[in-house]
Amino acid sequence: MSGLTIAVPRGALFKETLDVLDGIGVDTSEVRANDRKLLFRDVGIVTMRPSDVPTYVEAGAADIGITGKDVLMEQSEREVYELLDLGYGACTMVLASVAGDDPMEEARRRLGIMRIATKYPKIAARHFAATGRQAEMVEVKGSVELAPLTGLVDGIVDLTATGTTLRENGLVVREEIVTVTARLIANPVVHKLKAAAIDELLERVRAA
Amino acid sequence: MTIHPIPSGTRDVLPDEMRELRAITSTALEVFQRAGYGEVQTPALEYEDTLARGDVRGAPPAYRLFDEQGRVLVLRSDMTVPIARLVATRFADADTPLKLCYLAHAYRGVRPQRGQPREFLQAGIELIGAPAPQGTAEALTVLCDVLDAVGLADYRIGFGDVALYQALLDGAGVDGAARERVLHELVTRDFVGLEREVAVLGLDASAAELLVRVPQLRGGPEVLAGLDGAAAEAAEGLHGVHALLEPRVAERLIFDLGLVRELGYYTGAIFQVYDPALGVPLGGGGRYDELLGRFGRPLPAVGFALNAERLHIALAGEERGERL
Repeated sequence: MSGLTIAVPRGALFKETLDVLDGIGVDTSEVRANDRKLLFRDVGIVTMRPSDVPTYVEAGAADIGITGKDVLMEQSEREVYELLDLGYGACTMVLASVAGDDPMEEARRRLGIMRIATKYPKIAARHFAATGRQAEMVEVKGSVELAPLTGLVDGIVDLTATGTTLRENGLVVREEIVTVTARLIANPVVHKLKAAAIDELLERVRAA
Repeated sequence: MTIHPIPSGTRDVLPDEMRELRAITSTALEVFQRAGYGEVQTPALEYEDTLARGDVRGAPPAYRLFDEQGRVLVLRSDMTVPIARLVATRFADADTPLKLCYLAHAYRGVRPQRGQPREFLQAGIELIGAPAPQGTAEALTVLCDVLDAVGLADYRIGFGDVALYQALLDGAGVDGAARERVLHELVTRDFVGLEREVAVLGLDASAAELLVRVPQLRGGPEVLAGLDGAAAEAAEGLHGVHALLEPRVAERLIFDLGLVRELGYYTGAIFQVYDPALGVPLGGGGRYDELLGRFGRPLPAVGFALNAERLHIALAGEERGERL
């Protein structure tokens, strides 16, 4: 429709992103019907992990994209335009540790430093620096909740929507760092060369 | 085979690439010289104080070393500041305008794992002693001459003014830390953050709307025609330049009221070169009317630099029919 290539995140934001695209007249039926296919050239959609969206958009391999603010904060050096807060996919970045006496507090007092597991080392490090505390980041790729239960770390920084997974693993939220939602981003060159198409798309998303 | 590594962000150029790159840079220098610009060379190493005087905030020199007397030397992070130094020192009494050009490497720090170059080749001009709007129009014309001559077909030039948004902030009475926060969102290209920071300023609705809407405007001359009040006044400078341009140059422009550049010394019109074959700008420039004064010879000036390697990538992309 708009002639723009859109990077669409698979995962938690996938369905609502397709709903938004339906709402502005993009036919997403083939994307919904096809779990394995990644590129849908006819409708200008490429699907990928949310954390890859800024990479494709920055390089211009996709003109625009949708991803979480958490991804954009973690990859703050990416040169992309952040155009719109889409409002959905709301999650909170939290600092959590095992229930009962807070092991992070004891580590800070006795050892001077806390060990923190996270998939978001930059966001976590910025939070500790901003609050004047020393912390060592342990980057993990899989289930972060496992790390404090096995004694790998004293606490975790992770994204949570409902807190269910944390609770089920005996973890409690100690601090809320930031609330994040889905964002629409654009390549900086495309933002200038296809200004009319981008502005029209923004209008339609806002009106939908 | 033994592999001897070179620092990340640096590169060897072999004959096939060099031949193509040389064709581009030779053409650029020919165009510059035909337009009356004399080629200069300056040392890759400068005293740290020299670059600090130039305010290269946003692209600070990343590599420092000490000379035999313990003085701090840096690898230049751009060519404009060294040429400002050169003009003030070597051309202290020369008649203006001075027209200088260069083909030179500059050096900047890189973020890890991003494939960014530490060393890159720039071809550019500096037009010193030529005020706006005539000087700006001349620089834009030479810029189009070069891009046409190297054979780039579909390029466009983003054209804005660093003073424009500052004037809007002045008009709305936004200063101090709040002003810095608003500008930070603009510089980091975050319009969601810009709207948030403007909302907390407690301005009346029309002033707030102006601060959020104007930097998102970009397009043909109709963008300027649609402005009124403080915004129209702030865009006067862009009008003045546009009125002087030949149609072949004017039609390449994209007026961009939110355009910002990373270097700190720009004072007025700024430009950035785009091509649909590449996701990043090919180069840019603008007016730096205060910079020469910091070196003791106050003169209005304008210039631009093209990244030769990116120009090469864009040309190859256009040949292959790649488009964003």
